[in-house]
Amino acid sequence: MSKISELFKKEIKVINIGLEDFAKDLEKQKVKVVHVAWRPPAGGNERMVLLLAKLRKKG
Amino acid sequence: MKEEGDDEMVQERIEGANRLALERILNAQPTLIGIGTAGEVIPGMTKKTILHAGPPISWERMRGPLRGAVMGGLIYEGLAKDEKEAVELAASGEIVFAPCHHHDAVGPMAGVVTASMPVWIVRNMVQGNQAYCTFNEGLGKVLRYGAYGEEVIARLRWMEKVLAPVLKAALELSGPINLKNMIAQAIMMGDEGHNRNKGGTSLLIRELAPHIVAADFCNKEKIDVLQFMHGNDHFFLNLTMPACKASLEAAKGIPYSTIVYTMARNGTEFGIRVSGLGGRWFTAPAEVIDGLYFPGYSAADANPDIGDSAITETCGIGGFAMAAAPAIVQFVGGTPEDAMNYSKMMYEITEGENNAYKIPVLNFRGTATGIDIRKVVETGILPIINTGIAHKEPGVGQIGAGLVRPPMKCFEDALEAFVADLEEKGLL
Repeated sequence: MSKISELFKKEIKVINIGLEDFAKDLEKQKVKVVHVAWRPPAGGNERMVLLLAKLRKKG
Repeated sequence: MKEEGDDEMVQERIEGANRLALERILNAQPTLIGIGTAGEVIPGMTKKTILHAGPPISWERMRGPLRGAVMGGLIYEGLAKDEKEAVELAASGEIVFAPCHHHDAVGPMAGVVTASMPVWIVRNMVQGNQAYCTFNEGLGKVLRYGAYGEEVIARLRWMEKVLAPVLKAALELSGPINLKNMIAQAIMMGDEGHNRNKGGTSLLIRELAPHIVAADFCNKEKIDVLQFMHGNDHFFLNLTMPACKASLEAAKGIPYSTIVYTMARNGTEFGIRVSGLGGRWFTAPAEVIDGLYFPGYSAADANPDIGDSAITETCGIGGFAMAAAPAIVQFVGGTPEDAMNYSKMMYEITEGENNAYKIPVLNFRGTATGIDIRKVVETGILPIINTGIAHKEPGVGQIGAGLVRPPMKCFEDALEAFVADLEEKGLL
């Protein structure tokens, strides 16, 4: 039996990163879940990521 | 010309500049030193100057509440005899419109200041700069919300002829009042310094009452003054605002600093200014407020965000200190837990924590202070502002209160300009 199947035989504790709906769905099914409010830097705006990187760049 | 090692220098320069900006904000000692007449004490003020909240705007682009307040200001000054004349004069080009912020002043909501209005004079005793603000008129039909009827003008005249002289005399007897200490105490009493000012107003009355009684005026006038202050929980707002302005102005123009020293709205646009970028405004259309409405009104009646009062959040109080003022959610909406979360989240976007304004329920942690445009853009977390809601038509007044955030575009445009500025200097 694969290790992943072993995992699902135990009580699952989940850390959810990013989209909160996944955490809410698990909560509805009474699965213990900790939600981490994460989003990509600058909301994924590439131009802003580039500007921020310019200010951070090391020689 | 870019030299080897400059890349490393840039981040260090920004961090050093931001530390200095925060130090100046935290070291400020805003102190109430007197009361004067706008035309006499505000730099550059003339009989035909009208100061307003937010970034620069022409009469044509002003929305209802600001237009209403301008009309009321012209009638109050005797420059127009009625609404029709006021509109004609405002559109004639004879009146100079300028942001309060360009004249060391701040004004809540429409923020209209005219030459005859009495103003508080607040001095930052460390840097020596001064800030000015009119007196708070109370809630409901008031000039700052765009109302300009007879009762509004009559109240403004009473404030000029009775309130200001009595308070001026009382203040001369009391001597200067350290506002930083008073705001810090008010926050311990459940205020956040923007939309909850019960503690601050009470402290001010306690400080001034014996001197009002001792002032050489008739009892009727002194009773009226004390009742007016007692009847207006927001009386102290017009002192927290210039206190914040005097503190933040000390952080203006520090090269390489990405710290915000102004957030203000004119009812059409939201604008920010950044220390290292001098006096430049970065603007975007003002947002609609998510709030609670007085009976009979709804979001359909609301004007977008307006007022200089976001100077409080810029200085680390107001929305940033909501965890200290859970009762405020009955006025602006949400739950006490929301209030806690707003205050905690603001630490993600600031340079540091306040040394005087502390939140008891967060183990007396200093409020998040010194908004950094880099952190706002990177995290996507916008400053939280609590605010009053004005009716979109002139002449009506306040219709509710709520929560709002600045447009992200202001911060993105400021970041663009900041990088372009460094590139021009050959540092990037």
